Amino acid sequence: MSKTHVTAKVNGDAVEFLCDPRETLLDVLRDRLGLTGAKEGCGTGDCGACSVTVDGRLVCSCLMLGVEAEGKEIGTVEGIADGETLHPLQKKFIEYAALQCGICTPGILIAAKSLLEKNPDPTETEVRYWLAGNLCRCTGYDKIIRAVMDTAAEMREAS
Amino acid sequence: MSVSSPLPHDAARLHVTGAARYIDDIPTPRGTLHLAFGLSPVACGALEAMDLAAVRAAPGVVAVLTAADLPFANDVSPSIHDEPLLATDRVHYVGQPLFLVVAESHIAARRAAKLGDIRIAEEEPILTIDQALAADSRFEGGAVIWEKGDAASAIAASAHVVEGSFEIGGQEHFYLEGQAALALPQEGGDMVVHSSTQHPTEIQHKVAEALGLPMHGVRVEVRRMGGGFGGKESQGNALAVSCAVAARLTGRPCKMRYDRDDDMIITGKRHDFRISYRAGFDADGRIQGVEFLQYARCGWAQDLSLPVADRAMLHADSAYLLPNARIESHRLKTNTQSATAFRGFGGPQGMLGMERLMDHAAHQLGLEPVELRRRNYYAEAEEGGSAPAPAEPPRDISGQKKGAEKSARSALPQTTPYGMEVEDFALHGITAALLERCEYAARKRAVAEWNAQGGAIRKGIAFSPVKFGISFTLTHLNQAGALVHVYQDGSIHLNHGGTEMGQGLFQKVAQVAASRFGVGLEAVKITATDTGKVPNTSATAASSGSDLNGMAVQIACDELRGRMAAYLAAERQAAPEEVRFEAGAVHVGGATIPFAEAAQRCYQGRVGLSATGFYKTPKVSWDRVRGQGRPFYYFAYGAAVTEVAMDSRTGEYRILRADILHDAGASLNPALDIGQVEGGYVQGAGWLTTEELVWDDKGRLRTHAPSTYKIPAFSDQPDIFNVALWDGRNREDTVYRSKAVGEPPFMLGISAFLALSDAVASCGGGYPALDAPATPERVWAAVRRCAQ
Ligand code: FES
Ligand code: FES
Repeated sequence: MSKTHVTAKVNGDAVEFLCDPRETLLDVLRDRLGLTGAKEGCGTGDCGACSVTVDGRLVCSCLMLGVEAEGKEIGTVEGIADGETLHPLQKKFIEYAALQCGICTPGILIAAKSLLEKNPDPTETEVRYWLAGNLCRCTGYDKIIRAVMDTAAEMREAS
Repeated sequence: MSVSSPLPHDAARLHVTGAARYIDDIPTPRGTLHLAFGLSPVACGALEAMDLAAVRAAPGVVAVLTAADLPFANDVSPSIHDEPLLATDRVHYVGQPLFLVVAESHIAARRAAKLGDIRIAEEEPILTIDQALAADSRFEGGAVIWEKGDAASAIAASAHVVEGSFEIGGQEHFYLEGQAALALPQEGGDMVVHSSTQHPTEIQHKVAEALGLPMHGVRVEVRRMGGGFGGKESQGNALAVSCAVAARLTGRPCKMRYDRDDDMIITGKRHDFRISYRAGFDADGRIQGVEFLQYARCGWAQDLSLPVADRAMLHADSAYLLPNARIESHRLKTNTQSATAFRGFGGPQGMLGMERLMDHAAHQLGLEPVELRRRNYYAEAEEGGSAPAPAEPPRDISGQKKGAEKSARSALPQTTPYGMEVEDFALHGITAALLERCEYAARKRAVAEWNAQGGAIRKGIAFSPVKFGISFTLTHLNQAGALVHVYQDGSIHLNHGGTEMGQGLFQKVAQVAASRFGVGLEAVKITATDTGKVPNTSATAASSGSDLNGMAVQIACDELRGRMAAYLAAERQAAPEEVRFEAGAVHVGGATIPFAEAAQRCYQGRVGLSATGFYKTPKVSWDRVRGQGRPFYYFAYGAAVTEVAMDSRTGEYRILRADILHDAGASLNPALDIGQVEGGYVQGAGWLTTEELVWDDKGRLRTHAPSTYKIPAFSDQPDIFNVALWDGRNREDTVYRSKAVGEPPFMLGISAFLALSDAVASCGGGYPALDAPATPERVWAAVRRCAQ
């Protein structure tokens, strides 16, 4: 099948790639752009491990085609930190031991960050339901919820 | 001191930046090929013909292999060579690998794998426990029976008899990283394999067999897994062997990962069980005798089913002294996935049988369930149990001091049904402390008052204890090795046989190493598990990771410390025993030498700065045929109270609150250990509530994706979740007196199941008799039964 040329921005950098029109954005990120932070947990939109933002909107990259990224601004876990300086969410995840095997962590960070951008003062219930599409098999979730709540509080204070 | 500090996971920074590499993230060399299996669409029958022309012709396909193309062993079984990698003349379950596609891309391999034209003479499959019993389809010939005393006579002479039977569903591991392997061919026919496995030595062994090589021709490396839970103890063999065989054939690197649906369809799960119980109680609710019948559905191949079923028998006592017991276990062979290891390894099923019996007995005898349990507990260990003596004797619910009346029961020998003395029992103390902390008595009253109003929403509250035996029951597996180097700049390279699957093992072991040398953790480099560094390792399983590997590392570090101390002491005419390794320095003869300098001097002085450590667990011995011995070095304890709300009109429910007190001995790292407890509880509660596996009458697994198989999500999390560690030291001489914590908390989830039973019971009628998992559908049906 002939390949399509796509131009997009990923974490602020302009990228160009050729992709099979049937290829998912997740595969493009992982296999063509070498950004393996987004993971495939199910490939069917049910686990959130592949979460990225597209023009600021939270999406499952396994449900979007690479060609649909044309002209879009993609955000992945690799772009959350500012150089060596971690984002407050990343710091709190470490501080709260909010991860075990860590494979759900990139998707959860992306989802949590997009929540806090929309709603800097979420209730605990809002956090739980916003993140309900991100599965984690290891942690039992509690430490993640604590980490997100505390990050929100700290970011509100700082701003 | 680094041991006992609540440090984050060693790779936490890599995880939050997305830089931690799992198998599928490792950059592959140019020319890497990708594999997929063609699967059997049929559960049972003779494999008559496979026309694979369309598969071979599909775009991107490089090769297609069948059993006949395998150069050496066609077997991926971890036990008795009964599990062909690719089917030969018969198929045994829907999803069994029939042929292997080797292609230029993952997607090309998967697409082609669907194109096989397979002819199978279909036969009636054996799918259920009843069908297996009717066909006498089983492993190990007949039932395994272990006995203590005379259960039947004791029950016959009892004031009350409680009996019942229930079903316990299996469980999909749902490690978020699916199975994966990558094989890289080396010069001279050697093979390097990266595998997402809990058991690198087994991968090495099976790959060597498949390639006709001695084990030294194969090196297996594992840096981390994205979750394992037992599902990567043997289930990774098929992928690693396939990659190695294809890599040998093509001379190119080969990678294989299961798509989620394939993973769920192909790989084994937790064993589902049926357990029947019959028990006699005296007028005060003390068990006189009990009989358990355990039926385990093992699937098509033996895998680890025998030790799993053994462990279910070993935990049939849960936490209770059974003066007379008879436990009969049937290991049934069915045309389904080969059930395998899963956190708890049969222990949860065995324990649930007993806790279900207790729940039923409390209902039938009209006794408070916690009080009934406490009356039947083993006697608390006196000195040196895992628990510090509580300041005051624990009180029972009515506030009466316990222990004052030393019952005739505590005079009985405190032995399990398999003849092991329980020397470290700590549940009296843990139970009293937990009930007080979570205000059990008051909340129980509040629940009763709420339910007395008779609304549609009912509440339930329940307690359950955990006593879990620690050690591999196969005694020879209780060994571990480590390799430690000190470089001349004072940095330390650490390696051991344990694997990292998220549990924080690497960090805990590194903390041990840092503590032995008195240096900061940054001085210690944690490295990938590698069969080329530490050989003949056991699986990271049975919760034994830190117990075994921590000790092996401690022994290696102490060997190096001894050599360094001897040299540095001689330099200064000091006694080697007086040399101390502390605060980043070596203190010798009044001088303080920074550790890096000490390492440099030792190097200059020609001191060997590399050592291995080897550890084997003491005291364990076990005769599984007689069912007698000491299979466990010690027990780990814990207890939970769960409160639920349930809508009696629909059967839907929520966990409102969970309180847990768990014994990790003197914890090596409380942050990581609490993480294990929380994750274990939630996974255990998931097993018994929403996680339902459904096979249709053709043997097809209908729940093979997260869209149909429901693991707990953020939104299912208890509103209030209080988890604490019980402060105690292991009475046995484990690494820094800590206790294993991987599996035991899983069984705390039993309290959620019992809380649902309590909520249903409030609707009146008889005992709810819930099957597990207690899905909303089952809860609703139980409410209807009770109402009739
Ligand atoms: S991989 Fe995209 S939602 Fe699971
Ligand atoms: S930390 Fe393993 S899946 Fe979340």
